[in-house]
Amino acid sequence: MGIVKALKGDTGGQVMLAVLLVVTLVVPVLNLAVPETSFWHVSTYTVTLLGKYLTYALLAVAVDLVWGYLGILSLGHGAFFALGGYAMGMYLMRQIGDRGVYGDPLLPDFMVFLNWKELPWFWNGFDMFWFAALMAILVPGVLAYVFGYLAFRSRVTGVYLSIITQALTYALMLAFFRNEMGFGGNNGLTDFKELLGFDLQSDGTRAGLFIASAAALALGYLACRMIVTSRLGRVAVAIRDAESRTRFIGYRVERVKVAIFAFSAMLAGVAGALYVPQVGIINPGEFSPLNSIELVIWVAVGGRATLYGAVVGALMVNYGKSTFTAMFPEAWLFALGALFVLVTLLLPRGIAGWLPARRAG
Amino acid sequence: MRITASHHRGRGLAGAFFSLILAGMTWWGTAAAGTLEEALPGLADRAFAVKQQAVQAIAATGDSRAFPILQALLAGDLYTREGADPPLVVARRTGTGWSLRDPLTRADLGEVEWEAVKKIPLNNALRTALRGGIATLTLSSPDPAVRSRAAKDLMRDPSPESVAALRVRLEQEQDAAVRTTLVLAVAVADLRVGTPEARLAAVSTLEGSLHPEARNGLTTLIANETNADVKAAAERALTAIDSRLTWNARAETLFFGLSLGSVLVLAAIGLAITFGVMGVINMAHGELMMLGAYTTYLVQQALPGWVDYSLFVAIPAAFIVSGLFGIAIERTVIRFLYGRPLETLLATFGISLILQQLVRTVISAQNVAVENPSWMSGSLHINPALALTYNRLYILAFALLVFVALLLILKRTALGLQVRAVSQNRAMARAMGVRSARVDALTFGLGAGIAGVAGVALSQLTNVGPNMGQAYIIDSFMVVVFGGVGNLWGTLIGGMTLGVANKFMEPWAGAVLAKILVLVFIILFIQKRPRGLFPQRGRAADG
Repeated sequence: MGIVKALKGDTGGQVMLAVLLVVTLVVPVLNLAVPETSFWHVSTYTVTLLGKYLTYALLAVAVDLVWGYLGILSLGHGAFFALGGYAMGMYLMRQIGDRGVYGDPLLPDFMVFLNWKELPWFWNGFDMFWFAALMAILVPGVLAYVFGYLAFRSRVTGVYLSIITQALTYALMLAFFRNEMGFGGNNGLTDFKELLGFDLQSDGTRAGLFIASAAALALGYLACRMIVTSRLGRVAVAIRDAESRTRFIGYRVERVKVAIFAFSAMLAGVAGALYVPQVGIINPGEFSPLNSIELVIWVAVGGRATLYGAVVGALMVNYGKSTFTAMFPEAWLFALGALFVLVTLLLPRGIAGWLPARRAG
Repeated sequence: MRITASHHRGRGLAGAFFSLILAGMTWWGTAAAGTLEEALPGLADRAFAVKQQAVQAIAATGDSRAFPILQALLAGDLYTREGADPPLVVARRTGTGWSLRDPLTRADLGEVEWEAVKKIPLNNALRTALRGGIATLTLSSPDPAVRSRAAKDLMRDPSPESVAALRVRLEQEQDAAVRTTLVLAVAVADLRVGTPEARLAAVSTLEGSLHPEARNGLTTLIANETNADVKAAAERALTAIDSRLTWNARAETLFFGLSLGSVLVLAAIGLAITFGVMGVINMAHGELMMLGAYTTYLVQQALPGWVDYSLFVAIPAAFIVSGLFGIAIERTVIRFLYGRPLETLLATFGISLILQQLVRTVISAQNVAVENPSWMSGSLHINPALALTYNRLYILAFALLVFVALLLILKRTALGLQVRAVSQNRAMARAMGVRSARVDALTFGLGAGIAGVAGVALSQLTNVGPNMGQAYIIDSFMVVVFGGVGNLWGTLIGGMTLGVANKFMEPWAGAVLAKILVLVFIILFIQKRPRGLFPQRGRAADG
């Protein structure tokens, strides 16, 4: 019942979820069951690429939740994404076992290379999938909770908040670049072999990860819809539009903000955890402020405060990026820069703004 | 061939034995007095001890011809030959053999074949003696710099003779700088070879000296000293030196911190204007700095051979280039986004990407080489342990100059008055007849122009490349946020504080960790004081 209520009036979301369902059912079949010579065959490369886009879409939904409905422009969501990715990466590293270049049964290759004798304490437990999965959600969540608690309590808002979230991801990037941190330094974590016993290179695992990403996106989308259609969501919109007034009416503005902010960070962490096994590497570059700000433009292109717009924007911009960088590598930054300028100037409501006006939802 | 060789060796051994006895008989005689002609044959001897005597004797003559001979020996250019006069020759390799020269008269002795001469072998003791001898001779050189260097050479490996030579020179020396070095050299040499009284006197001379040689000498002395008084005095002196060195190290760190701070202030001050006065987040600020740095490069390319003066052209040029870009950005993009700071952030970020790619496409994706003018290289020596590089000093002064200029513009000019009026109350300013659109464009142009000028300064410190702006954007925002928006003094104090804090943390935390700690500190600081060190007061602050 909750789902029905959440999607009521959300035509864009219904269409998006329906398309997602069809794609999720059809693509793995076309990949696995249709022979490679056939016109209808979808290559594993494409499946993985689509899976990657879906994790980006989930990340964009997380950003839209805080930006569109809470008015917080986070320039640090890439950090939560990367932290989730690192948690998954640590699990995948431990799964390599003694198949690494140095063949050490316990230590990942980079630690052997750095002459470390034992596993750092924070790597304990990451040999178990459930623990890693929990950490992929908890670590970004707790970081966002602490950060948000401190920031919202002292009423850091607007551009100040944007700038310190950017400083947060920048500081994390510098920290993860250090070898002493114990996360592989500059090279990050890579050379993964298998996930839950499934070979990461096999077509079946790739298709499975694609389906998992689609499911995560659908569930994440529904969860966000439930939040924004609930009482909490209405208070959030009130905070976005008139924070002081909401506070004076008697709402605990900080609690609402920190709760939604932490939830959004957890979604980003899930997206990161699904992203890493598909691309096969996680390194500190994922923390770069450029990534975080780029994902804001996905949301802006799609149309903020619509949620489905974030999905559309993430898919479109990333598809554009893949094609553009392959065809005219020089021109991509011009195109991205122009996108930033034109969308903010001419399309403040994004692509969703073109669609017929929605009924109040 | 074989017979000749063994014959040769036999004669050489006998000769060496004979010379050794001779040398033993005339030990001090040779060393103390005598002419160069008398001392020279000792060099041809087989025994190293005899050669060493001869070197000291030659050095003691003070003969002007002695210096090149010892140098030739050290360089391995001095050879002996049999059955011809003079027996010692300076030989240089030619295509077919050796070209010979008389070491005393410098006369050309013609060419000989390969086997006619034999190199004088050296060992380490002899090399040391040679360097000492050369230093003794150079102590009387007419060039003060050469004398100073010689004194330093002598203190590295002193002997009673070299101390004597140093003392003699000290009495005659007129040049103050050389005298200082000589006093130091005598004291350091006395530490090694002097009597206990001389050592004690030397320790008191060296107390408080910052020369590394003084500290080394004292450390060696403490390790080997048997006399308790001398040892205690030396330990006291060493403690005093170490404490002074610590203070000098702190002063140096402070200087590095202020230097970093001056760069941060330069980078942030333009941002403080656009952010503080106009409420505009200009993410392209770093790229406007990059344009300034590239202007410096292009000016240098346009004026080859004028590197020393090109900066004076580059500073106004960079101000104009970046300023015009700034006005163009304001007129085409930002003016449509006033009152929507988050949107300006995104739009100017897009502009920063376009500017980066523009430079990559038009000029080069690689870093370009910007030359430093000669007057900015070198350093100001405060004392032996503390030297401040001129380029950092000039940039520090330049940052303060820009700061004062900007302060004057805002406080003393009509434009400044209008800028402040618009920033405090836009509607009221417009009602009073201020053309706020024009003021906005000029303010943004001013902020951008200052970014360009900052870029000129940066081009003298770091690599100039398309990505250079990104490295500074977060740091400069941190400075503005830390110092307080809309307050130039806040930017100055904030930038300097962050620069100094960063450099003081670096020794124990490492450069990267220090930077992380500063970022974490600001994130925590902004919790306590969300509007920075110097918040803007009045109604304008009620955002």
